[in-house]
Amino acid sequence: MSDINQISRPPTHSQQVVDTAFRWLCCGFACLSVLMVALIMLEIAKDAVPAIRQYGPGFLAGTTWDPNTGQFGILPEIWGTLYTSFLALLIGTSFGVAAAIFLSEGFLAQAVFQILKAFGLQFHPVLGKLPDRAEVLLKNLIELLAAIPSVVYGLWGLFVIIPLIRPACNWLNLKLGWIPLFGTTLTGPGVLPAVIVLAIMILPTITAISRNALVSVPPKLRMAAYGMGATRWETILAVILPTAARGIAGAVILAFGRALGETMALAMLVGNANRISVSLFSPANTLAALLANNFPEAAKKDVGVLMYAALVLLAITLFVNIIGSIILQKASAGQEGGK
Amino acid sequence: MRNTTNAEKLSKARIDTAQRSAKETASNGVVIDCNIDELYYSTFKAVRDTSIPVKKNRITAFIGPSGCGKSTVLRCLNRMNDLVRGFRFKGHVHFRGKDIYHPSVDATAVRRFIGMVFQQPNPFAMSIYNNVAFGLRLNSYKGPVAEKVEDALKRSALWDEVKDKLQKSGLSLSGGQQQRLCIARAIATEPEVLLMDEPCSALDPIATRRIEELMVELKTRYTIAIVTHNLQQAQRVADNTGFLYVDTSDGGRCGYLVEFGESGQIFNDPREQYTKDYIRGEFS
Ligand SMILES: Nc1ncnc2c1ncn2[C@@H]1O[C@H](COP(=O)(O)OP(=O)(O)OP(=O)(O)O)[C@@H](O)[C@H]1O
Ligand SMILES: [Mg+2]
Repeated sequence: MSDINQISRPPTHSQQVVDTAFRWLCCGFACLSVLMVALIMLEIAKDAVPAIRQYGPGFLAGTTWDPNTGQFGILPEIWGTLYTSFLALLIGTSFGVAAAIFLSEGFLAQAVFQILKAFGLQFHPVLGKLPDRAEVLLKNLIELLAAIPSVVYGLWGLFVIIPLIRPACNWLNLKLGWIPLFGTTLTGPGVLPAVIVLAIMILPTITAISRNALVSVPPKLRMAAYGMGATRWETILAVILPTAARGIAGAVILAFGRALGETMALAMLVGNANRISVSLFSPANTLAALLANNFPEAAKKDVGVLMYAALVLLAITLFVNIIGSIILQKASAGQEGGK
Repeated sequence: MRNTTNAEKLSKARIDTAQRSAKETASNGVVIDCNIDELYYSTFKAVRDTSIPVKKNRITAFIGPSGCGKSTVLRCLNRMNDLVRGFRFKGHVHFRGKDIYHPSVDATAVRRFIGMVFQQPNPFAMSIYNNVAFGLRLNSYKGPVAEKVEDALKRSALWDEVKDKLQKSGLSLSGGQQQRLCIARAIATEPEVLLMDEPCSALDPIATRRIEELMVELKTRYTIAIVTHNLQQAQRVADNTGFLYVDTSDGGRCGYLVEFGESGQIFNDPREQYTKDYIRGEFS
């Protein structure tokens, strides 16, 4: 064919080889990652089998954990894991989505523009670019939160958050102690400090992914809403948020998974007490913290029990993810053809 | 070339308009009186010296080469340009005798009375029904919403195609249907003026013809301003036409109004040389 047209010609043999090789390489790496997850699960399950045989489903309902008497139960940890994650998600989502809206809907850019305009610098060749950059700058700053090591969060929680909130918590307990949420005093580590720190830890995930979802809402929809005479809030609430709902829900599910598995900061902050309580100020425990605290000193025979607990944590995370994707599918069923 | 129903509708609408405008000689029937002295996007001067009177129950068309500022002028009429950062404007736009750029006027309020249909169909990712009801809810309309929705869909010639699937997503429709849905959404709240920016550019000739018929029907109740690249379309539907052109003399690319008048005069007997050349298709 090359005699017909000088420039266009079919891919050469080497190009085809590279193409095929590249495809196999990607396939290989993808399979390897899946294999790794499967191997880890298999290993955990194998180690857990003796404990599963010995304790059975009663393990899930037991409330004591005593290596000396050989009594093991993880109901308080299951409760603590779900309770702290749920509360952290509640706080993290509110703040995260709010931050994402602020960083995607031009609030910041407009504010910066107005400030520049006050100085007559809005068309300055360098400073004039600031309004567009400000959002990305702040977004990167929030994403930096994800780079802080977990143990630093734990220390910060211990030395800053707990002393900071203790007076308020104890005041609430004194005045409103009849509400179960405020049923106990905060003496040190407990649910609330753990939840606050956990919320901050999942904030960057929620903000970054939600912002991406909001930014990718087609501008023409925004124009349509504004063109109808909607105010900015009406546009955001009635059009932009629903259109981006799928992406935001994805962010929340991802963050939930992260919250469920968070270990170090929680081991430091949650109090490690085998207790089931709705009180925000009571110490509690989570599965991940239980594992972190008990693995180092665990006797050979107790490792199986811990593996059993790890398996339960894995199952919970998997379950949450599945439920999440089902909800996602249901929620986006009304917008078929939306993508 | 022109099919009979269309021609009938056209002439009927013209008679209606003639009767109506006779009553409104007082204000000359001008709903929007637009006078743009200078219009800037940041430091770029996009349009100068353009004044166009949009008359009640008439269709006013803006024509001109790409990039001459037709959309910009149209978006000025309902303050959509306010959404562009760095937009500045010298001049005035009077809507029913009031300057819509006066500091005391709220831009969103202006847009509720002056609706807009865009070049790309842009239905919301919600059901067909909710798309049309959007504006009604926005204005906290207390009356029968379902009736209004049906009425709007009928007037935009979409009702028969969607009456069995009102709860389906607006995005499940074809491009032409989506555009008619957007028109239904815009007219459901009965704005006084409807601005249309190349509403047919994404449509096939049949859908285009339907929307043209629709415009001619709609003008008995609304006032319409339309931007179009299709000169035949302007000739077919518009009562008045403005021709904009780009002035590159001072190094910029500044759009301005060359000529404005009755469509018949603009297309058959243009005064300006630029208009003549453009209409004859003699532009490089
Ligand atoms: N949001 C904006 N920011 C900066 N400049 C803009 C913006 N919108 C339009 N312009 C500029 O203003 C000029 C006029 O644009 P406009 O969109 O009004 O042209 P138009 O006549 O509608 O063209 P077309 O027929 O291709 O749609 C162009 O030079 C364009 O680059
Ligand atoms: Mg345009």
